[in-house]
Amino acid sequence: MERFMQAPEVLFRIAGVPITETVFVGWMVMLFFIGAGFAVTRTLRERPGIVQATAEMMVSGFRSLVSDTMGQDKLGFYAFVGSLILFVFLSNILGVTGLRPPTSDVNITMGMAILTFMMVQFYRFKAKGVLGYVKSFGEPLVFLFPLNIISELAAPVSLGMRLFGNILGGTIIVALIYDVIPLGAPVPFHLYFDLFVGAVQTYIFAMLTMVFVKMAME
Amino acid sequence: MDPMLIGIVAIGASGFAVGLAAIGPGIGQGFAAGKAVEALARQPELRSEIISTMLLGQAVAETTGIYGLVMSLILLGIAQNFL
Repeated sequence: MERFMQAPEVLFRIAGVPITETVFVGWMVMLFFIGAGFAVTRTLRERPGIVQATAEMMVSGFRSLVSDTMGQDKLGFYAFVGSLILFVFLSNILGVTGLRPPTSDVNITMGMAILTFMMVQFYRFKAKGVLGYVKSFGEPLVFLFPLNIISELAAPVSLGMRLFGNILGGTIIVALIYDVIPLGAPVPFHLYFDLFVGAVQTYIFAMLTMVFVKMAME
Repeated sequence: MDPMLIGIVAIGASGFAVGLAAIGPGIGQGFAAGKAVEALARQPELRSEIISTMLLGQAVAETTGIYGLVMSLILLGIAQNFL
């Protein structure tokens, strides 16, 4: 329990920048997916084996999710959304191993939320042009300008904090259960807080990202 | 001010933060789930669409509760410095 109330442990430093446990585990998750993607695509065959079939099912699942949510013309976002889903999902369910899930670090979730925020601003700028971009903040009435800016900034904060709060809250609750009954009792809590909440939050994070970007492009 | 008192007040406030923040999302999520069940009873063939819309709406309703949780964790972190 004590461990999760502290900031993540600093494992080592690269040029004075502290690398914490969560960041390091996050890198391992990324390396795993880069390696897996590389390994699977080296040996593509006409009649896929079980590994290739699984990979193809995942890719087509991401494609249909993106085309259902964002529309057929924005299908190109499936690479971004798919990577986001894979990274967030594996990070969330890593809590069952006793490691600190990377998504229980506010730096990582807010990093992804800021990435989404940048994308939203970029695509709104691209879709509306300079004048339309400035004007979009003055809607429906001009004097709502400051409120629109605040609501624009609140979106990434709530996106990042939602994922962070859910995963860290679950991790702390499971750690508390370990303090009271260390044997057997934490299993259903692991199932609920790590697997179920992890899957639901992944879905919600990806869904909200898609909805924000789609709304910016209209 | 007595540092011990600050720590105790921070712990109490963290309890209130998460407890009070849990009321609104609880009502909102229950309401969304109830309405989703009504919709499912009317149109069972739209099951997956209704459930995904319900989850999305519940996630947005949950935001304030999560803010309360984050605030309470920050307050607990502050309390550790004083006790």
